[in-house]
Amino acid sequence: MAIPSYATRGERIWHYIFLGICGLVFLFLVGPLLIIIPLSFNAEPYFTFSKEMVTFDPAGYSLRWYQDFFTSSAWLNAIKNSFIIGIASTFLATVLGTVAALGLSSRHMPARGAIMALLISPMIVPLIISAAAMFFFFSKVNLAQTYLGVILAHTALGIPFVVITVTATLSSFDTTLIRAAHSLGANPTRTFFKVVLPLVTPGVVSGALFAFITSFDEVVVVLFIAGPEQRTMPIQMWSGIREQISPTILAVATLLVLLSMLLLTTLELLRRRGERLRGLSPG
Amino acid sequence: MKISINNRIAKTGVAALGISALAVAVSAHAQQTLNIVSWGGAYSMSQHEAYDKPWMEKTGDEIVNIDRSGNALAGLRAQSQAGNVTWDLVDMLPADAMIACDEGLIEPLDHDELLADAPDGTPPSEDFVDGALGDCFVASIVYSNIVAFNSEMFPEDDQPSTIEDVFDLENYPGKRALLRKPINNMEWALIADGVDREEVYAMLETEEGVQRAFDKLDTIKNEVIWWEEGAQPPQLLADQEVAFASAYNGRIFNAMVSENQPFEIIWDAQVFELDGWVVPTGKLDKVKDYLHFATDTQRLADQAQYISYGPARKSSSELVSTHAETGIEMTPHMPTYGPNFETALQKDDLFWADYNDELTQRFNAWLSQ
Amino acid sequence: MSESSAAPLRTADGVPLKVSLRRAVRRSRIKALLLVAPLLVFLIIAFVMPILEMLWRSVDNPEVSTHLPRTVSALEGWNGESLPDEAAFAALAEDLRQGQQERNLGLLSSRLNYEKSGMRSTISRTARRVGSLEPPYRESLIETNDTWGELDTWKLIKREASPYTISYYLSAIDRQLSPDGEIVKVPEHMQIHATLFWRTLWMSAVITGLTLVLGFPVAFLLANLPMRHSNLLMILVLLPFWTSLLVRTTTWIAILQSQGVLNDVMVALGVIADEARWQMIHNKMGTIIAMTHILLPFMILPLYSVMKTIPPSYMRAARSLGGKPFLSFRRVYFPLTIPGIAAGGILVFILSIGYYITPALVGGQSGRFITNYIAYHMQTSLNWGLAAAIASILLFVVIICYLVFNRLIGVDKVKLG
Repeated sequence: MAIPSYATRGERIWHYIFLGICGLVFLFLVGPLLIIIPLSFNAEPYFTFSKEMVTFDPAGYSLRWYQDFFTSSAWLNAIKNSFIIGIASTFLATVLGTVAALGLSSRHMPARGAIMALLISPMIVPLIISAAAMFFFFSKVNLAQTYLGVILAHTALGIPFVVITVTATLSSFDTTLIRAAHSLGANPTRTFFKVVLPLVTPGVVSGALFAFITSFDEVVVVLFIAGPEQRTMPIQMWSGIREQISPTILAVATLLVLLSMLLLTTLELLRRRGERLRGLSPG
Repeated sequence: MKISINNRIAKTGVAALGISALAVAVSAHAQQTLNIVSWGGAYSMSQHEAYDKPWMEKTGDEIVNIDRSGNALAGLRAQSQAGNVTWDLVDMLPADAMIACDEGLIEPLDHDELLADAPDGTPPSEDFVDGALGDCFVASIVYSNIVAFNSEMFPEDDQPSTIEDVFDLENYPGKRALLRKPINNMEWALIADGVDREEVYAMLETEEGVQRAFDKLDTIKNEVIWWEEGAQPPQLLADQEVAFASAYNGRIFNAMVSENQPFEIIWDAQVFELDGWVVPTGKLDKVKDYLHFATDTQRLADQAQYISYGPARKSSSELVSTHAETGIEMTPHMPTYGPNFETALQKDDLFWADYNDELTQRFNAWLSQ
Repeated sequence: MSESSAAPLRTADGVPLKVSLRRAVRRSRIKALLLVAPLLVFLIIAFVMPILEMLWRSVDNPEVSTHLPRTVSALEGWNGESLPDEAAFAALAEDLRQGQQERNLGLLSSRLNYEKSGMRSTISRTARRVGSLEPPYRESLIETNDTWGELDTWKLIKREASPYTISYYLSAIDRQLSPDGEIVKVPEHMQIHATLFWRTLWMSAVITGLTLVLGFPVAFLLANLPMRHSNLLMILVLLPFWTSLLVRTTTWIAILQSQGVLNDVMVALGVIADEARWQMIHNKMGTIIAMTHILLPFMILPLYSVMKTIPPSYMRAARSLGGKPFLSFRRVYFPLTIPGIAAGGILVFILSIGYYITPALVGGQSGRFITNYIAYHMQTSLNWGLAAAIASILLFVVIICYLVFNRLIGVDKVKLG
């Protein structure tokens, strides 16, 4: 954002103040996430920088909390559960959500507004309310404290994300491409696989990523409806924070920050690919 | 630090898995997995060492420890309503056990039939201490709610020693960590305000008594951090986030001896009570052998090697020896040890069964003001 | 010839075009519905029915009528002016006897204890001794426990015999029914939920305001930078957005606690004394700081997408027409960002009033939200009816905000990432 050449001195000062403010806000956004990374290598069981760490004495650093994490059966089991539940619910949400999005983007879909509002509602209703409600209902139908129960609950929570991203992709989808494919002699199946799918895939995958991260990061519903066998990572973290906040949690947190960087990169690449395919950007 | 305990549990867990895997080959017992609910932290570790490890070695059973005793009643209700009870044995307080028993959530127990006799043949009904055997409940320990402090935070020649000192901000400044429930705090407030400990509960049944307790708590309210999980107080004390913390005595003991924390316990006005086992409805056949084993004289005495809770059996008291790790004598650290016990108050479960709802709401309202 | 012009257009197989078109529309309509149907059915079962069940729970009142059926029918004709007659007492004794045998009086005594402290032990003590009681029951019951001699006890039983109750809702807004059935405020020292509703609302408003103040300049910067730079900076906004909520909360604990990073730095710099460390967490401040951080991306993203659509030439035009920078901004640019402010504001506000995890972990006592009391009544006090009532009220508030949001912006305009 360049300063226009006609700007007065006051405006220039104001401009730099403005940039300073923005810098501080960015620091506020990202700083906390960066601080925990060095803290997780603390050799001492404290939550702050020790003298050795500040002076970059190697003795102040260690991998003990990572070792703790990777040798703890409780943590490893929690990771396993998180992946089982995350993958299963992502799969369900993606399939159901994508199929529904195809219907929703049809021009002839009746009551689209109302149905859309309903499909999005799990995202809007506060988690604690969904959790309480699911606890009551799932207990009644023997789904509480089962993997299936948690998976179904997370599917419901992930669906809005899939529906939103896929309908957004479909709405920018140029339907003349389908007609073009037909006119060039492709049958509907071939058209779907060769034309529709490649264009829709980025939307579906990013929806799936959203659904996965929703499940992977979800505490409240699991807290209410899961049994001890379904203990997930967030639950393990939650009880760790409440009971005894050890730097192992910081090690986990660091790993999760790295994971989110990975996801973010994937999404960004998908977005670029989508744009390129649709010819929106030169790539 | 608590962390080391966690490590240890993890390691013993891994070791125990190895042992049970070996045992599979030699034992004829039909192996099963027992889901046992308890309090977590140092207490679960003591149970694990004293009951679970020998049991797993003996039978090849696998034992899964679940740290949910803080919400055990809710869990039992939910599971029974769901018709899918996954807990096999639950460690809970007698007051909760009374409610669970009234609701039919847990099995009535025939103590003399189910439990082991003392080594000299005394039947359980005579061997357990008073109040240890409820309709659906069998106590394993006597524990105590106490206030502890970090001795480094006060001058050596002026260390706090009474419950009044906890309420004395002038002479003993610093934050206090207290349980976020009216239980114990109401009692301590009245005692610190000069009420005779025999009259505490009678007083709390009156509006004046309750008001007086809240007035006393008001004097320290701004300096209080409220805790909810049993593992928090030793942590808060160790980090010097607080000067005083109410806690279960065993957790403080554990931090003192196993982690060399400079903590001291104020035994004055300790509120002691029992804690023990209940069996969720329908699980009696599955756990009755384990229950028989885990409540016998030797096991209860063994547990006292790991944590400073008094065994609920008279016959176990004589067998209490030294701390497993450090070899220090355990008896002086027990709530029931003479000098510790002089001004002790027994928690009145019936009072709390009736007034907990009301006082908790009032307490929460007071907190949020 | 006029006939042929009136004749409908027909398709090749002779069907009128209108009919054929209508058929085609109907077909694609059915096709669309069929595609949506599986998801709709799934959500109704897994999400809508649980919500309905919860709403039902908030008024459901089965305890007295189920466990004291004889007493309830004996009280039918009772006028409530003096103690009921022997028949009612005998019915009560019989109900309690049966309940004691079946060991199912617990829920009843919990239910009545919510309304009148002491009922729990009254019922359990009476039930334990009811086997040995002799008629006349009126005398023997009152002798066992004098609560049975109080008129209010019987009024309470009669009142709660109804299969539905509003008392959970009353309790959720710090009201109760007096023995005579009037709605009164609970004593001041028992009031809690209304305070928490207010606190949740005003703290959420503060958080929304803070995210707006912090988010506006950043969104403005992002919208006016060249794509290359803004994409890079966008990552700084999206990274926290994609990072686990618990991780973000943990970092604030590490930073803000009294032995934490910020206090240590301040002590090391000599800004504060070691004994006078700032208390920045486990209070309102902790909740506000952490939640502002967590919700900030939800404000920046909608603001950004609105600002992106405002052509920079507008500002230049305003300037060239002689507007001072601030005036041009306020009169030209700012009004155009209002849809973004509304979208971001309502979104952050809705998310904020429903937050549970962060206030529970960093809010201490004073920074708790009403959501924490839903969890409390679900898990600790076990008053599920009350939890359902509080949740229903909160749900109502959220739905109102949602409808406003939908009206102003439209849910299908929501963009992610």
